[in-house]
Amino acid sequence: MLVKVSINGEKHEADVEPRLLLVHLIREVLRLTGTHIGCDTTHCGACTVLLDGRPVKSCTMFAVQASGHEMTTVEGLEQDGKLHPLQEGFMAEHGLQCGYCTPGMLMTSVAFLKKNPKPTEDEIRLAISGNLCRCTGYVNIVKAIQHAAAKLQGGA
Amino acid sequence: MAPKTSPEVGGMGHSVRRKEDPRFIRGKGTYVDDVVLPGMLYLDIVRSPFAHAKIKKIDAAKATAIPGVLAVITGQDLAKYNLHWMPTLMSDTQMVLPVEKVMYQAQEVAAVLATSRYAAADGAAAVLVEYEPLPVIVDPKKALEPGAPVLRTDKKDKKDNHIWHWEWGNRAETDRLFTEAEVTVKQDIYIPRIHVASIETCGCIAHFDKVNDKLTVWMTTQAPHAIRTVFALVAGHVGLSEQNIRIISPDIGGGFGGKVPVYPGYVIAVAASVLTGKPVKWIEDRMENLQADSFARDYHITAELAAKKDGTLTALRIKTLADHGYTDAAANPSKFPAGLFHVCTGSYDLKAAHVEVDGAYTNKPPGGIAYRCSFRVTEAVHTIERMADLMAHQLGMDPAEFRMKNFVKPEQFPYKSALGWEYDSGNYAGALRKAMDTIGYADLRREQAEKRKRGELMGIGISSFTEIVGAGPSKHFDILGLKMFDSCEIRIHPTGKAIARFGTKSQGQGHETTYAQILAEELGIPAADIRVEEGDTDTAPYGLGTYASRSTPVAGAAAAIAARKIQDKARKIAAHLLEAAEEDLVWETGKFSVKGAPNRSKTIQEIAFAAYTNHPQGLEAGLEAVSYYDPPNLTYPFGSYICVVDVDKGTGEVKVRRFVAIDDCGNIINPMIVQGQVHGGLTMGLAPALLEEISYDEIGNIQGGSFIDYLLPTAVETPKWETGHTVTPSPHHPLGAKGVGESATVGAPAAIANAVVDALWHLGVRHIDIPITPPKVWRLLREKGVTE
Amino acid sequence: MIPGAFEYHAPGSLGEATALLARLGPDAKVLSGGQSLIPLMKLRLATPPHVVDINAIPGLAYVREDGGTLRIGALTRESDLEESEVVRRRYPLLHDTCRVIADPIVRNLATVGGNLAHGDPANDHPATMLALAAEVVAVGTGGERKIPIGQFFTGPFSTALKADEIVTEIRIPTPRPGSGGAYVKLERKVGDFATAAVAAQLTLGADGVCEQAGIGLTNVGSVPIRATKAEAALTGKRPDEAAIKQAAQLAAEAAQPAADLRGSVEYKKDLVRVLTGRALRKAIERAQKGA
Repeated sequence: MLVKVSINGEKHEADVEPRLLLVHLIREVLRLTGTHIGCDTTHCGACTVLLDGRPVKSCTMFAVQASGHEMTTVEGLEQDGKLHPLQEGFMAEHGLQCGYCTPGMLMTSVAFLKKNPKPTEDEIRLAISGNLCRCTGYVNIVKAIQHAAAKLQGGA
Repeated sequence: MAPKTSPEVGGMGHSVRRKEDPRFIRGKGTYVDDVVLPGMLYLDIVRSPFAHAKIKKIDAAKATAIPGVLAVITGQDLAKYNLHWMPTLMSDTQMVLPVEKVMYQAQEVAAVLATSRYAAADGAAAVLVEYEPLPVIVDPKKALEPGAPVLRTDKKDKKDNHIWHWEWGNRAETDRLFTEAEVTVKQDIYIPRIHVASIETCGCIAHFDKVNDKLTVWMTTQAPHAIRTVFALVAGHVGLSEQNIRIISPDIGGGFGGKVPVYPGYVIAVAASVLTGKPVKWIEDRMENLQADSFARDYHITAELAAKKDGTLTALRIKTLADHGYTDAAANPSKFPAGLFHVCTGSYDLKAAHVEVDGAYTNKPPGGIAYRCSFRVTEAVHTIERMADLMAHQLGMDPAEFRMKNFVKPEQFPYKSALGWEYDSGNYAGALRKAMDTIGYADLRREQAEKRKRGELMGIGISSFTEIVGAGPSKHFDILGLKMFDSCEIRIHPTGKAIARFGTKSQGQGHETTYAQILAEELGIPAADIRVEEGDTDTAPYGLGTYASRSTPVAGAAAAIAARKIQDKARKIAAHLLEAAEEDLVWETGKFSVKGAPNRSKTIQEIAFAAYTNHPQGLEAGLEAVSYYDPPNLTYPFGSYICVVDVDKGTGEVKVRRFVAIDDCGNIINPMIVQGQVHGGLTMGLAPALLEEISYDEIGNIQGGSFIDYLLPTAVETPKWETGHTVTPSPHHPLGAKGVGESATVGAPAAIANAVVDALWHLGVRHIDIPITPPKVWRLLREKGVTE
Repeated sequence: MIPGAFEYHAPGSLGEATALLARLGPDAKVLSGGQSLIPLMKLRLATPPHVVDINAIPGLAYVREDGGTLRIGALTRESDLEESEVVRRRYPLLHDTCRVIADPIVRNLATVGGNLAHGDPANDHPATMLALAAEVVAVGTGGERKIPIGQFFTGPFSTALKADEIVTEIRIPTPRPGSGGAYVKLERKVGDFATAAVAAQLTLGADGVCEQAGIGLTNVGSVPIRATKAEAALTGKRPDEAAIKQAAQLAAEAAQPAADLRGSVEYKKDLVRVLTGRALRKAIERAQKGA
């Protein structure tokens, strides 16, 4: 089946099996390997991408379902050499260690801060509760998101 | 403690931003599954639904008929090359693929090789295996009963399921002290199986290049050199020679010990690549990871503590049954089948102790060490801290006061424990005092008393742990004979920049940053100018890898020693440049100057340039050094954690209201990174305490074999950790640093367990095994007549 | 991790979809949010030869109140329902429920219709719909029919839907003034199914007497359970502590949980008692506030 998607502003076409998972389209057909796979039961969120601006777990969608939609992956966050404030926040606050859950965390947070620009800590923790991290204990991920929220509010 | 170097240099003590981050936040890391090689094939594994069964027949016809499926590999195929069994890290043996029978549910039975990942999966689903189930043993006690069916029928002379007996300490003296004791407490403690479940599962790409006679394996491994040597030893007879094996450990998505063992999947992939001459990729999925990979814990412990009436501890006695699964594949130093469990006297000045452990075979996956445990130190600390708390409560003493009374005192260091460990340094009372002040201990006890009057259940738990890391001195430590030194090789370029390679392998600990900071501290070259590499066995010096918090204590020390060798040579070059005697030169970070004439100086950069353009005659050019560091002792990080819980009488839920962690890892390289390690470690301490468990039913079916039931904490379940530190340097480490990666996982579970028992003590509850789940608490409450 | 192969269909209209389902029969599975179906397919616990993706059918995602009824289009994403202002203000039970379905990311794809049509007694909406006396609208080749929620769940993973029918709308009668509701769920962690959960909806008259009560139980039976005896014990009474206690006890007796890793039968039944009390107290508080 032909799939036509737009990822990070670029149009792509591919002929794929209907059962091809969206995450495999992204990683293996389009070779965007920033999106990761961490489980097989839709729990870990390492595969989170934005579909029409909303975070979805790309391991639990078929690629064919994404046809005609716009996707953003972690590779699409940096624009013209400028990092997204969340990417800067994660670096500034040590919000990552092994880096494996990080793209998923970033994508979830990007959409979250758009919806909730001045979140409380508890709201942040709930927003990322679909993304598992084993390394950081979440404390600095929360700080990273708060850092970015402040930057985005300040208009930086 | 203020850093000695400037922020521009970025030596120890600076919270330098990590060099690793730029690629990770862009999604440009290179994890094993990101790598694609031309002509690459895919491997998927058929696994046994039975925990113990004879293999009657493997029918691959349907599988090989699937387009894209090239072959189905079985134990019979590997047996032709004598690769169907391999040695474990504990000198036991493990099946790669079985010929006769399977011995745990999810064991590898056959492997499907295909041209695509999806075809391999279809192939695996189409392989038909006929089994004849055999009696299953899941209870290690039953495994050791006389007359129990012998599981290891592959071992000719084995008549039982007992693996080994290990004991340590002074049994006679310990028994005597128990006989004399005024008070004793005894408790059975079961620490169940858990799984480390790093977010990246295990996998590899094996690429045997026939033309160049080179095997390259991209692998999720924490110990690439050891793996290379093991492959050379295991597969030497099929022509693999160590100089022609290259292990590349790229970016690793979390290790925590789970990426140390050699899994059958790796070996099968290597065999498949050697046979086909094509690259073969094997990436396990999460359920395979949870169900077949190395587990941790599974210790059945009976512990006893003896004391005087006034609360002075005298002796400790422990008997443990270790459930190892069907083979002993734990990644322990070879002399210590129970790891460093005998650090179990903990932070207390016990007069005598005796500990014995018996290993048993059962129909479960092998392993034992993989979950941030420092070689069984989690088990040791959980035991002593539960027992200390039990004794304190029994005596009606405040648990903090009780600990203060029994701590090893600062003036006693270096301290020889009753089980023979020489603790390098410690200030246990200082850490506990700081934790108590930070959390407001006295106020909390008052609050607890008031709440108790109203029937509300609130608990305060303490864990004052001593960790033991940095394996280890060559006298006692080896893995499969390989001594546990570690290495650093530095090369300084003409323009004063440097590259340093290490025998360790970070899986998120930030070595690219922290090792550069050590070298910056020693040499004055800015950390930003020092490139750190690990993980490629073709280029990195030999080392035993990263696990058990050994990198800073061993490789970090190697970095300092290598840097000091560089400094020695730099001095010679500086003397030559300044036309002064070596002894007249003074080193100050980053430069040598002439005593009494500080304007006559040469920077390390100028010296580096001279090493290639104007080196003194009689001295070799260049500026490099290597150190293989054999530590004189282990290091002993420590800490005190205090946890406050509220127990819901209706549901049995335990909510961690506050958790203060004071850690002491000696001199700190990067405070931000150390704090991050503690946050992560605490979360991996909370998880086994409240959520995680892998168990089996009577016929060996795993319960908790996917993330549906194996419960990793999310940001909602994870408390808002409060951290702090004290600094008690290690006297024998060149940098005074100790290592911290696992401290929090080691210390936290007991703090939480102690808090819950403390909350329920007045109802008559004495102990709860982890994980402390709502149903467990509910049952205890209802038994004691407490309800909502 | 890798699903089996299937033929994929993406009908653009209800007519097309139902005709397709009629033709394919039991060989077809409907794909709406996919957050229940696709995980099953990845584990090969479901291997449908045909998948009928209904997401392209227009006009099935909406939340609107009119003529005394809340109408929810079956393809409404859980996150949209969660963010609906009217639901938050006037259907707090439903709002509570949305917030604890799976996790926030899964809710961006999961649909309300799918949550009901899957027929899993562990899902959260079923008990809530029972408590709200909802109605399911389904369309098949034979036309549209309305299925009262009490008749919708027929067994574990089975519903009253015929093979060619698709849920198109869920209707909930707008609660009268003096109403309040709450959903209380015990989960081992965010994203888990309920160890047990209770949906409570009631209406208090001006005199404070309970005029109507709806109590639904999640994951404590082979189907979602309506605790009718508990409801009856509250109706016509002032819901004081004694009445709540009695209703909670009756709800526990109505539960028929299975023992599993989340807990024993005994534990779950007592949990229903505890959670029913909590849900009722919250519902009453909200009813009294919003009167």
